[in-house]
Amino acid sequence: MAATVSVLVATPEREVYRGEAEMLIAPGIAGELGILPKHAPLLSALTAGELRITRGEEVDEVFVSGGFMEVQPDMITILADSAERATDFDEAQAQEAERHARELLEKREGDIDLAMAEAELAIMASRLEWIKKKKKH
Amino acid sequence: MATAKEIRGQIKAVQNTAKITKAMELVAASKMRKAQDNVTAGRSYAEGIQRVIANLMQAHPEYSHPFITRREQVKKIGIIVIATDKGLCGGLNANAFKKALGLVQDAKVEVEAYTIGRRAGTFMRKIVNGLEAATEEVPDAAEMSDILGVVGVAIEHFMADKVDEVYLLYSEFVNTMTQSPNLVQLLPCAQGMEAQHPGYWDYLYEPESKPVLDGLLRRYVESIVFQGLLENKACEHSARMVAMKSATDNAKGIVQDLKITYNKARQAGITQEIAEICSGAAASA
Repeated sequence: MAATVSVLVATPEREVYRGEAEMLIAPGIAGELGILPKHAPLLSALTAGELRITRGEEVDEVFVSGGFMEVQPDMITILADSAERATDFDEAQAQEAERHARELLEKREGDIDLAMAEAELAIMASRLEWIKKKKKH
Repeated sequence: MATAKEIRGQIKAVQNTAKITKAMELVAASKMRKAQDNVTAGRSYAEGIQRVIANLMQAHPEYSHPFITRREQVKKIGIIVIATDKGLCGGLNANAFKKALGLVQDAKVEVEAYTIGRRAGTFMRKIVNGLEAATEEVPDAAEMSDILGVVGVAIEHFMADKVDEVYLLYSEFVNTMTQSPNLVQLLPCAQGMEAQHPGYWDYLYEPESKPVLDGLLRRYVESIVFQGLLENKACEHSARMVAMKSATDNAKGIVQDLKITYNKARQAGITQEIAEICSGAAASA
């Protein structure tokens, strides 16, 4: 197994991510930063953007709105001002939309509405599938 | 002696009060659990930033940011006081204010205050001359942005040499029954922290050391205050829960006493009626 570095992503309100990573790509204020294990100590301001945490095939995506990142050879601490895990966020949203579409279907108010609801449901279902697939890999 | 009807009214009133306090107790209990969760959830960030600052002190000891430089002469001090918006939470605020009063009286220099929570504002207004910033109605699901204004004013005054030390006063959550007021020095800060990476080394800074350090130290101060606020919220709800529980118990005790009085009055009435009937019968016989 490849070397890993432990990663902590936290906002003042809560902990967003804690785990091991083979590589981390962060939106540094002066451009994207790719960090591998045993990186030299680094302290960087972050800008709004996507944080990609890679471990093997698995990629976790976290959206941070800015903050700071401390890198030590064995530990990366990301102190984000606010952060949203892409997977949590999208799946919840997609599920909500799917539920809404199903509700519309059940009501069956006119053919046009029904067709629209069916189309919406199909889109939402495929989106949910895609997110789940992305999560698996 | 009060008539039976009056006492019945009193019993009803006390029972209604007990119902209300019971409901408030249950609400406080559920809010307390949430507030405690928030404290735990916020701890990751607070500990993370503390670790980073400790490493920073180790790595960069010659850098003297005003936040970490002790000032020779202290001419004025500032205090951030965190208290609740609402009352009915036992002696929680009173205990904290006692500590604040102690600080103000013992300080040989002038004190200015910044407050979070309505009770803190109304109290500090009375005991210090300068109430420089105040915020009220902080929601239970507090966010960092709720306190940035107050902390910003305190930092600004510190940087402008208006105050030379800043303290933070909040109630620390020990357990459900115990909350203790906690006074910590906020600025200058980061004294005597233990670093995890000893030896001589320094960070690579992106983009440069100064803006990164400035931003980090500011966030560190904010995070201490924010964590204090979360603790204070947990204290508020647990203190309220305990206060409401004892109020409910007291109300039940009063109802018990009133019921005894009521029964006595009722029996006295019956006795009198019997006596009247008997004497009436005796007179007509």
